[in-house]
Amino acid sequence: MSAHHHKEDFLFKYVFSTDHKMISKQFLVTGFLMGFLGLVMSTLFRLQLGWPGESFEVIDMFMGSWAEDGVMSPDKYLALVTMHGTIMVFFLLTAGLSGTFSNLLIPLQIGARDMASGFLNMLSYWFFFLSSVIMLISLFVEGGAASAGWTIYPPLSALPQAIPGSGAGMTLWLVAMAIFIVSSLLGSLNYIVTIFNLRTVGMTMTRMPLTIWAFLFTAIIGVLSFPVLLSCALLLIFDRSFGTSFYLSDIYIGGQVLEHSGGSPILFEHLFWFLGHPEVYIVLLPALGITSEIISTMTRKPIFGYRAMIGSMMAIGFLSFIVWGHHMFLTGMNPFLGSVFTFTTLLIAIPSAVKVFNYLTTLWKGNIRFTPATLFSIGLVSTFITGGVTGLVLGDSALDINVHDTYFVVGHFHIVMGLSAIFGMFAGVYHWFPKLFGRMMNNKLGNVHFWLTIICAYGVFFPMHFLGFAGVPRRYYTNSEFPMFDNMIDINEFISMFAILAFFAQLIFFFNFVYSAFRGPRAPQNPWKGNTLEWTAPVEHFHGNWYGEIPHVYRWPYDYSKVDANGDYVSGEDYIPQTVPLGDNEKDGGH
Amino acid sequence: MTIIVVVAIILLVITGSQLLKIAELRAKSKGELIYEVTEKEGKNLGLMLFAGFFVFMGFFAWQMWKWYGLRLPVSASVHGESIDFLSDLTYFIITPVFILTHAILLWFCYKYAYSSKRKAVFFSHSNKLELIWTTVPSIALTVLILIGLNTWNNTMAPVPEETEHVLLEVTSQQFTWTARYAGEDKKLGRSHVTLIEGVNATGIDKEDENSNDDKLVKGEFHLPVGVPVQFVFRSLDVIHSAYMPHFRAQMNCVPGLKTQFNFVPKITTKEMKKITDNEDFEYILLCNKICGAAHYNMQMNIIVESQEDYDKWLAEQKTFGE
Repeated sequence: MSAHHHKEDFLFKYVFSTDHKMISKQFLVTGFLMGFLGLVMSTLFRLQLGWPGESFEVIDMFMGSWAEDGVMSPDKYLALVTMHGTIMVFFLLTAGLSGTFSNLLIPLQIGARDMASGFLNMLSYWFFFLSSVIMLISLFVEGGAASAGWTIYPPLSALPQAIPGSGAGMTLWLVAMAIFIVSSLLGSLNYIVTIFNLRTVGMTMTRMPLTIWAFLFTAIIGVLSFPVLLSCALLLIFDRSFGTSFYLSDIYIGGQVLEHSGGSPILFEHLFWFLGHPEVYIVLLPALGITSEIISTMTRKPIFGYRAMIGSMMAIGFLSFIVWGHHMFLTGMNPFLGSVFTFTTLLIAIPSAVKVFNYLTTLWKGNIRFTPATLFSIGLVSTFITGGVTGLVLGDSALDINVHDTYFVVGHFHIVMGLSAIFGMFAGVYHWFPKLFGRMMNNKLGNVHFWLTIICAYGVFFPMHFLGFAGVPRRYYTNSEFPMFDNMIDINEFISMFAILAFFAQLIFFFNFVYSAFRGPRAPQNPWKGNTLEWTAPVEHFHGNWYGEIPHVYRWPYDYSKVDANGDYVSGEDYIPQTVPLGDNEKDGGH
Repeated sequence: MTIIVVVAIILLVITGSQLLKIAELRAKSKGELIYEVTEKEGKNLGLMLFAGFFVFMGFFAWQMWKWYGLRLPVSASVHGESIDFLSDLTYFIITPVFILTHAILLWFCYKYAYSSKRKAVFFSHSNKLELIWTTVPSIALTVLILIGLNTWNNTMAPVPEETEHVLLEVTSQQFTWTARYAGEDKKLGRSHVTLIEGVNATGIDKEDENSNDDKLVKGEFHLPVGVPVQFVFRSLDVIHSAYMPHFRAQMNCVPGLKTQFNFVPKITTKEMKKITDNEDFEYILLCNKICGAAHYNMQMNIIVESQEDYDKWLAEQKTFGE
């Protein structure tokens, strides 16, 4: 495939670009802007949770009439929680993470000049942009934004009588998500087709970096599960606007019996979680792929158990489709089904454990260079362990009875999914910043950002387990109505203080990001001495990625510190790019 | 005020930019690359990560000391004991895993921080090792799954008809709970939302002969100690969740669907006041599924007492027929 040639004026270079590198940056910047809003929202509702009922000028400033005298109302608290969840899960960690790194790395690491379809790729971004705009508009409509939690269970989400946010706000939420899903599907199909068809000469599947494997599985999971969410959302739109009863039955609200009959909200929950659970891995797998690559490069060692890493991702991806019921143990689902889902859920611990041990073995006897990307990768391994082990508690239906929907769950999924994914994303940004912007980020600020972030992250989410042990439910506007929760106020204050500090810590990152993008020191072509193909491409961006012919590949990507019989580096240096042909008697693939 | 904040932010950004520029120029003048981590910096970061292990574990221990005591008291139901046992067993397995893996992770960070004198070892796979860490978790999980499923099935099995038990329907709506006892005939009358009318707020069928002796209560409901309670849950509007944390009991209330749960209370409210050393202790039923603006305040007290006290209290309650 030859490079496209069109006139690169401003509009086509920066706005309607079909170049995967520009689209990647568009996803990154849009994702981060949305993520920043999600961060602001969480900081605001942490103020309410830490100091319930107290008046804050900053709440008044951001929320205006939603917060009389600087105290947010209960339904607007729920609106903030809902939008925070939606934005973080979908806009930052799905589109922001996958959109950025799949787009940047797939063509560059498999040796392609661009995605299979640059046009669909551009559409994917603009659908995402449109979806973001609609989601933001939904904050300002009458009744406020959607307030039924990011899981939008009907009937709460279906009936404006039940909560004001289920009016126009919810309609826009559903429209935004439908468009979002289109964007995600266009992107994912493109990634899959590109990976299967556009690999350069010599780039066999088992010579692909683990990042590409992770993006491939992510895209496959997305293609199989997002359409189910689309149908789930469409049926809800029908129920809300056209009087159907897919999810509604036997409802008495606002002094009258509704005409809906025969539907079941449980159907919604099944459809939602059929996406909802794989979504966890859509968020997590790219982060795991990114850290696999970074840990190997930075320890100057091959990733341990390359094939086991692929196998475990495949197992996780497969299992993710047959565990959704663990979100529904207590919905009245047949207890026997609960047993089946407990079994499949706990099985996921096996491939996850394999991954963790493989990371540890990769570090063993390595020669680790601690860039900010390495630090965040180590952080990911830590959060993946900390959040992973509590999964054994929640995945077990018998134990779930008492911690379901408590703060224990909030602590668990924020650590294992939220933190791991965002750490992976930060690691990726620090590591591939030279590829994205041709400049380097500042290490010192990166270090400060890492330390503050991980301290605050554990400061915020670790204590939540203890709230869970005490039975404190999530999504409560305040715990002050229950005497049994009176002595929890210390924990909540503690958490909120770390949340505020975490907010300021992210400002350091944003400053570093913006400053370095425009004024950071110029990047050399291969600053981390990596083996993968993106480092063979010139620093400057142009459509087509490589001057002349695309690189050919002769070996797997993890030949770091490979030595010959005399104990000397095979290539004279501690790395051998994939473009270097195998020497005599040299075996490929880590044998 | 706002102006001062904006000016302060601008000044901060300018200062930051200048400092970064100076740092870069300094590195350049020394012939270093600012983005390269020197050996000394790397060693320090490795050391900090290793120190981080102790800080993290210290934090963990501090929280246990300070907050573990706030956890729910001993299980007030019979099945809750086996849940608590399984819970303890699970923590007994995962806590060492959590601590050990962190110890290894952060120790390696210190031990193997970059040194120009050393070569990393090319070690790309080992079937033996990979087999070990596939098998060991599998065995641990088999144990947890088997005990877990056993506990789950015992907990969820409904109370057999012939066993002497209390049949109690709990109906949820924004933002209150109503409990209905089956009465002397031990049968609940039919109910449906279309029958809601005036004082008949939960839609009980007057025509059904089983309805007349049913007893409706709000605010609190009582249970006799040692007798199985079969709960049936209904919801009139949105999904709620009936969570009774002290009894290790929870079940969603779903409109259009009847769900159920059962347990045997084994500690009376009075005894629990002593156990917790808290005169004001009350068992509680609270909503644990987001259900609207006042979700945070949807509660009902539960009182567990001796059979005599329970009978006395129940006799005072009006029947639906009255």
